[in-house]
Formats: sequence, C-alpha cells, structure tokens
Amino acid sequence: MSYESWGRSIASTPAGVIALRFPPSSLPTDDLLLPYGLGRSYGDVCLNNGHTLLSTSHMDHFRRFDTESGVLECEAGTSLDAIIRFAVPRGWFLPVTPGTKFVTVGGCIANDVHGKNHHRAGTFGRHVRSLTLLRSDGTLLRCAPDENAAMFAATIGGLGLTGLIVSASIALLRIESPAILAEKIPFRTLSEFDELSRAADATHDYSVAWFDSFGGREPRGIFFRGNHLRCSAGFQPAPPLATGGAGWKPALHRSRSRRFPMRLFSPLLMPFTIRLFNEAYFRANAHPHPQTIGFDPFFYPLDAVANWNAIYGPKGFLQYQFVAPDAAVPDVLERVATSRLASFLTVIKRFGALPSPGMMSFPREGTTVCFDFAASAQGLPQLLDDLDRLVLDSGGAVYPAKDSRMSAETFRRSFPQWEAFAKFVDPRFSSSFWRRVT
Amino acid sequence: MKVVIIGATSAIAQETARCFAAEGASFFLVARDAAKCAIVADDLRARGAAEAQTFIADLADFSRHAEIAAAAGRSDVVLIAHGSLPDQLVIDDDPAAQVAAFELNATSFISLAAHFATATETLAVIGSVAGDRGRRSNYVYGSAKAALHAYCEGLRGRGINVVLIKPGWIDTPMTAQMRKNPLFASAASAGQTIHEAILAKRAVVYVPWFWRWISLIVRMLPSRLVKF
Repeated sequence: MSYESWGRSIASTPAGVIALRFPPSSLPTDDLLLPYGLGRSYGDVCLNNGHTLLSTSHMDHFRRFDTESGVLECEAGTSLDAIIRFAVPRGWFLPVTPGTKFVTVGGCIANDVHGKNHHRAGTFGRHVRSLTLLRSDGTLLRCAPDENAAMFAATIGGLGLTGLIVSASIALLRIESPAILAEKIPFRTLSEFDELSRAADATHDYSVAWFDSFGGREPRGIFFRGNHLRCSAGFQPAPPLATGGAGWKPALHRSRSRRFPMRLFSPLLMPFTIRLFNEAYFRANAHPHPQTIGFDPFFYPLDAVANWNAIYGPKGFLQYQFVAPDAAVPDVLERVATSRLASFLTVIKRFGALPSPGMMSFPREGTTVCFDFAASAQGLPQLLDDLDRLVLDSGGAVYPAKDSRMSAETFRRSFPQWEAFAKFVDPRFSSSFWRRVT
Repeated sequence: MKVVIIGATSAIAQETARCFAAEGASFFLVARDAAKCAIVADDLRARGAAEAQTFIADLADFSRHAEIAAAAGRSDVVLIAHGSLPDQLVIDDDPAAQVAAFELNATSFISLAAHFATATETLAVIGSVAGDRGRRSNYVYGSAKAALHAYCEGLRGRGINVVLIKPGWIDTPMTAQMRKNPLFASAASAGQTIHEAILAKRAVVYVPWFWRWISLIVRMLPSRLVKF
C-alpha cells in the first residue's frame, strides 16, 4: 500500500501508518491521526502528510445483519464491494452508492457521499442508523440521531476529523433483481437537461448526465436514468437471487478488475482528441433504447479498470465538483468552455431537497457539476479560482472530497458552519486538507 | 459442513472462513485472543454461518491440544493457520527466541495435525513458499514451514486428505511492514483460492498460483547462489 489519494496530484508523505485489523481499544496520542480507508478521495482529505494515518481497510468485520429490516452493522473499513457481494444474492442493495464500490463505509460517512439517487434517497448519511466513534481520549461513543446527536451530525460529512469511526449500522435497500432497467437520452441544451431531470425525479430511482464541456452555456449531452428491475411476480421476500443459474453470483475477487498500461493513453487526453471523443460518444448514444443491464456497468463503469486514474500520467489530475443554484450553472459552463481546457469526463446532476443529517454535508438543493482536468494543464489554477468565485457568489459550494487546491476562503464560504464544526474535531485528529483550509 | 479453524483470527484463515460461511457452514474457532475471536465469530454468523463456537487457547501450550481436539469433535475440514513471522534480524543471536518460533510454527502444527488426522475428512495446513528454500531473511520461519511440508507429504502417504497451502506474499498485518510489490495478493483472493483448493482436495496449492513456478526456479538454483 502506498497510501496515495486517487487524483495522484499531491504526494502522500505520512510520518507513519498504523494498520488496523480489529477495533483498537485506544489510540496513540503522540501524533496527529487521520483514518485512511481505500484512498479514493481525489485530493488531500484522506492525506495526513508529516503525521500518522490509521489504515482501516482490513478492519472490515460484519457484526450483525437483520434479514428482516436489512440493517447491516459492520466495521468502518468494510468496502461497499464487500457489502454488495454479501447483500445482492440476498436481495438487498446499497441505499446510496458513489461511482466506485472500492470505498469504505467509514469514507462514505466521513464524506457523506451521494449517488445517482440523491433526488430520492439523499446522501449516504441519511441511511446510517448509528455509528460508534473512538475518540483520542479513549472514549467510545455510540452516536445516532437520538444519542450523542450533535457528534453524530458532526461525524457525517466530518472528513474523518471527529475521531475513528469504528463501526456503523446501515439500512440497506430491498431489491427484487440485481439488474437495472436503464435508458440513455440525448439532449442538446441545458434546459432540455433540466426538463429530463425534473421529469425523471418522479419516475426514476437513478439519474445522471454526461455532457460535452466544450459546448458552453448550452451543451449537448446524454442523460442516463434507471430503475431497479421489478420482478413481474411482484415483491418476493426471498428473491431467487442466491440460487445458481439465472441468479447473480459475485465474481471472484481476482478477476473483478483489470490493470492496463493507462499511461500509454495519456498523450490522447488533449482538447482535440477529447472533442473527437465527445462527438463520437454523443453520436453513439443518440438513439435511445431501454436496456436491462447489470448493476456493475450501470453504477461502476470505471471500476472495470483498476487503475484508470493513471491515464493522466505521473502528474495526476484534479477533479472540480461544485453545487450551485440552477441559474448559476450556465456562467460556469461558459467559463470552462472559453478556457479551452479539456475535461475528459464531465458529469451533471440535479440534487434533490432531502436534507442530510450531516453538519458539513456537501450536497444541497441545486445542480452539481463535476469536471476533471489533467493537473499539468496550462491556466488551470486561474480557471478554478474563477469558477470558485462564480460558484460562491451564487451561494454554492465546492466539494472537499475531490479537492486539492481550494483556498481557505473558498472552504469557509462553502461551509460557513465550519467554526461550529471545529468544536467537534478531535484534538488529536487532523488532515492535510484541514490544515490547509483552517 | 463443519469447519474447525485453528488460529481463527489470522487474516488468511478469516478470509477462507468467510467463503465457508457464505455456504452456511458450522464453525469451531480456536484462537488465543477471546475478544478478537468473538469478533471473527460474529462476522461469520452475520455472513451466513449456521453456528460459530469459540475456544480460547494459547496454541504454543501443547498440553491443551488434546482438549481442543476433544471439544471440536469430528469435522469435515480442519484448517491449521496460526503462527507468527518473527523478524529474523532480531532473533539471529537469540537461540531461545528461535526455538520458540520453531515450536509455534512447526511443532505445534505437527501436534495438532496428529490429534486431528483421523478426526476430519480434510486436513488443510498453511505452509509457505518460505519453506521451499532457506533464506537469510526468514530462515527460522522457513525451516519450520519446511518441516511441515515434509510432514504433510508423509500424512498423505498414510491415506489422509491433506491440503498443503503455500502462500506467497499476502497483504495482511503479518506483512504490514514489508514494502509492497506487484506480486502481493489480497487476503480475500487468497481465501477464495484456499476455499476452492480445500473443496477440491488438492494436495499442494500455491497462493497465488504463479508461486509454483517462482518456487520451482528458486529450488533449482545452486546453493552458492542462494544468498538472498
């Protein structure tokens, strides 16, 4: 393990790493600590340079599973992949999932992650029934909406700073099939996207869109929407998923994801080729037809390539994700298009109004857009500073889980409640991100 | 299926047990640390185990081995997986520590294997590629594993189903201090390989598979070259 972050644009230089397999009864107090799960945060919220990381990905025991309610209690290092392997054959799925399953439950809570069903289900934190938190003074707190409620709220979206999340109870989602009924619909303007999105809120569990970042205020794109496939027989308390044959079985660990020499592709990531790619991608998907596909290609297309983050070469890449009121989005898109910088994967989604229990949660009602740029691109720092200004002036926020460059001012304006939150930060916990923005 | 796991809190044993748990196996778990063993038992129950009984014992205490075998009773699979990887540089000039490491990694295995040999359908033993050739960096651990390898061959000759597992580098707390390279495999994938090998009653299985060939080459090297 090298304990990097996913964007690879910041070197990870912890002074020490403590690998946990079983929940510790106390924590060392001689250095600043930060839990580190699977390192899928893009920037430095998961780094603790010059100090100590608590590696949690082997602290992954289940504690109990209630087959009636679908509540799973597990240790915080449990990956979403492990939960899926266990739950899907039994007829359950994650209540909320980000775009990769190679993240830990602790990381999902600390970043209060969201998924394609935010409009229906809110953030991951809404589905956390309770958690246990080990503080550096040795106390083990049980936190829930009705027990140590303030610490519960601070820990959801708390960037791992309130102590070591030891375990959590997550309410899983009943499914009748491991398949998704998915559709792709092309759009040619932002208002078309908006209409599709609002219509899907009422009819679809999941929705998200890709768009061409060269398109300016009125980009073309592809809108993806989907529902868990319902069995014609209706709800079955014990769906026939666990049986062989037609049922879904987890693939072997060793065959799940392939590594490729991604670096060889990095010269292709320049504006001209990405324009070509966007053209081809839009045309290829311009004729919509509903398809029944597995949940893997629907939720986790990039997980098929284990090291896709290496495509940007040795300098890595930056993701920039913000949320802002719908009306502010065209100006941001225009600023990106006029920069002529290429964003390879550009994603847009309308967040719903469901509140998160988390004090520092990023999602809020509005539109969220995510760009990714090669870290070495000329003019990138200026572009991102300009975007910060547009986003903040509209009352929006920039997402810490993907950030490695926002200024202290941007963070404080994105999360004006940060000073109240700071009172809950464990005095022996910190991160490279936290030191940078406070 | 009834599965006895000796050294149940070892990372590789736990991942193997999770595969059996998914099939609804019953477990008899033996470990030294009661709190950790209870965590492993809960994990297996939550994953579908029909039953998970725990038995706490220090396996370096051979006088308890008969008691363990009696309490476990007859079973389908016994997996012997306890052990420790000492830092060779630290014990180089410490005869007592070398003997203790050998006793835990070899003698206690042999004692347990002898107790369980006729009480189980399949006996699975964790050896190591380190036992295929003596190496400066781990020769006490390696020689203990080499003893097990020979012992298992003999038991097999007696007509007992013995699955000898030889892991290479596995990403576990035992190897937490080692620098990782592409030959490292995850404990989860090692567990799946071992689970399959036990069900197929294979005689010797390298984990992952490519160690069979690395080991073959390493064993053929002349002694004066083996100074790594």
